[in-house]
Amino acid sequence: MMSNLTSPERARAMLITGAGVLIGLTMAVLGRNDPMGAHGWIVLLFCGVLFFIVADKLYDAEPVEDRSISYYDDPTKVGILLALFWAVVAMGMGVWVASQLAWPDLRFDAAWSSFGRIRPVHTSGVIFGFGGNALIATSYHIMQRTSRARMPDQVSPWFVLLGFNLFCVVAASGYLIGITQSKEYAEPEWYADLWLVIVWVVYFVLYIRTLARRNEPHIYVANWYYLSFILVVAILHIVNNLAVPASFTGAKSYSAFAGVQDAMVQWWYGHNAVAFFLTTGFLGMLYYFLPKRAGRPIYSYRLSILSFWGIVFFYIWVGSHHLHYTALPQWVQTLGVTFSVMLLVPSWASAGNALMTLNGAWHKVRDDATLRFMMVAAVFYGLSTFEGSFMAIRPVNALSHYTDWTVGHVHSGAMGWVAMITFGSIYALTPVLWRREAMYSWKAVEWHFWLALSGTVIYVFAMWNSGITQGLMWRTYTESGTLRFSFVDTLIAMHPYYIARAFGGLLFFAGACICFWNVVMTIRRVPHHASAIDYPTTSEAMEPAVPAAE
Amino acid sequence: MTILAFLIPITLGMGAVGLCVFFWSLRSNQYDDLSGDAERILFDEDRPLPAASARLSNTTKETAP
Ligand code: HEM
Ligand code: HEM
Repeated sequence: MMSNLTSPERARAMLITGAGVLIGLTMAVLGRNDPMGAHGWIVLLFCGVLFFIVADKLYDAEPVEDRSISYYDDPTKVGILLALFWAVVAMGMGVWVASQLAWPDLRFDAAWSSFGRIRPVHTSGVIFGFGGNALIATSYHIMQRTSRARMPDQVSPWFVLLGFNLFCVVAASGYLIGITQSKEYAEPEWYADLWLVIVWVVYFVLYIRTLARRNEPHIYVANWYYLSFILVVAILHIVNNLAVPASFTGAKSYSAFAGVQDAMVQWWYGHNAVAFFLTTGFLGMLYYFLPKRAGRPIYSYRLSILSFWGIVFFYIWVGSHHLHYTALPQWVQTLGVTFSVMLLVPSWASAGNALMTLNGAWHKVRDDATLRFMMVAAVFYGLSTFEGSFMAIRPVNALSHYTDWTVGHVHSGAMGWVAMITFGSIYALTPVLWRREAMYSWKAVEWHFWLALSGTVIYVFAMWNSGITQGLMWRTYTESGTLRFSFVDTLIAMHPYYIARAFGGLLFFAGACICFWNVVMTIRRVPHHASAIDYPTTSEAMEPAVPAAE
Repeated sequence: MTILAFLIPITLGMGAVGLCVFFWSLRSNQYDDLSGDAERILFDEDRPLPAASARLSNTTKETAP
């Protein structure tokens, strides 16, 4: 892969990784009396390994590939594999977290393995490691294909992908060491946050530069979704992470905001992270891979554009629904409710649009598990957004808040929607990327589908039951006006559901492992497939003879 | 709640950026042929279109726009 870089590009890559090594060393030295020192060594190791990978190829022959007639797919490939790697790690962690809730002894009495440390490894691992890598990889694919143009350079896509993974590694290892700023989904400390800003700006610039080179005048709607994901996440991340480090030689920092103000910023961030990390980017995936796989255009393209602008303008106002019945002013809560309910319209428009696209191709859905992943994802998207709008209403939230119902809602969105659409897209993309006819084993895709679906259903039903039971028990009073149930009573009532949830999660995790295996086998075993759409990029006979499509 | 004096302008600013981009997309004829636009992603040409200019003709050097 490195041999596809020209020597100036290799030199630039060495310069960047070399700088990374120096930064790591500086952190290790400055933070030697602090957990930050450990992060310094991790950064040093990460950049050092990359440095040697590039240095090893520095004097290899120049690439012969003709860049004017091929897309740049190497980072996409690595991104897909990284996403699957993180999926296995982080979902495995999820199973462990779930098991700890059912059998607390599974903590094994170590500090690093306590619930409070491995839980964020799970959440950041799935959201950023799995979801983030999948988003970056698919965005590289989609931006080039829909623009019918190659990415402008070959270093910045690697910088974004690997830089982002460095962030993920620093985040996950930090939680285990005990480094956290205690903001959910934004736990990493100040230096990791600063690093992510740099990576993200380069990502945005790369995207815009690719679009600027496009040979297709129209910008396909999926690109809008991805762009909103990149741009808004950048702004949210910066504002929510405004903090003052206690010292530049240590990890600890203090948030710039305090009390309910901090809570408001956190959930302004938190819900928009759901919106722009876990929703819009994945909708981009849906709007590209679903029509592609079904072989028919999206049912209503106009509606897909309308719902894009609807989602963008409504989502930003809903964060306060996480803070009902708190010190937050009532009108801010009401604002959150109003927009949450309105949000149902563009959300269902997207879900309906996806399902209507499949209408008339149900035989394909029946036969093709990949397409079925996408269909189920659209259904769960519809379901979880309906549930979310419902839970945002204050009296409903009075029951659901603090209970497992929230966790059930999260996972019907996260497993049913986010993970399903990602797996569907990976199965659609892998053969195209590696130029294979099909996946190594279609049976394994079927197995994965049923494991994922049953795992999600078991998980979500267990949490609905557990959450509503818990919520109702908390609010049951005796005749004398005291609480009817003790906290331990609720734990006993929830125990069977926790076991069920761990089991459902195990099924889902097994499916993810099968997917990883299947992708690796596809790369290694399935013969290279030179179809009509595949142009070897080094032969003579491929001078650009394509008639301009428009 | 001084934080709202901060968050609401930021949010409105983001909305304003969104609006500007939307108007840009209207004015640059992004919505002229919606059904064609939806169909065209289905055409499999697994390589970039040759650009109109010679900007893509160079083989090894980075292709600057
Ligand atoms: C193998 C499947 C999975 C299992 C077993 C699992 C398990 C868990 C558990 C036990 C928790 C902690 C709940 C609590 O504190 O009471 C949790 C939280 C969470 N998980 Fe998962 N999970 C899985 C898959 C996923 C996926 C695929 C995603 C995202 C794409 C995800 C996102 C989250 C989030 C965002 C939270 C935090 C929820 C909250 O704070 O309300 N999980 N998960
Ligand atoms: C119309 C769309 C949606 C609305 C109105 C909505 C609303 C809500 C509400 C009211 C809560 C509970 C807040 C609380 O009581 O603390 C919540 C939590 C959550 N939702 Fe949604 N939701 C929507 C869609 C989604 C989707 C598609 C996902 C995807 C993955 C998702 C992920 C989450 C997460 C991760 C949390 C937990 C946050 C936490 O406490 O850690 N939501 N949502």
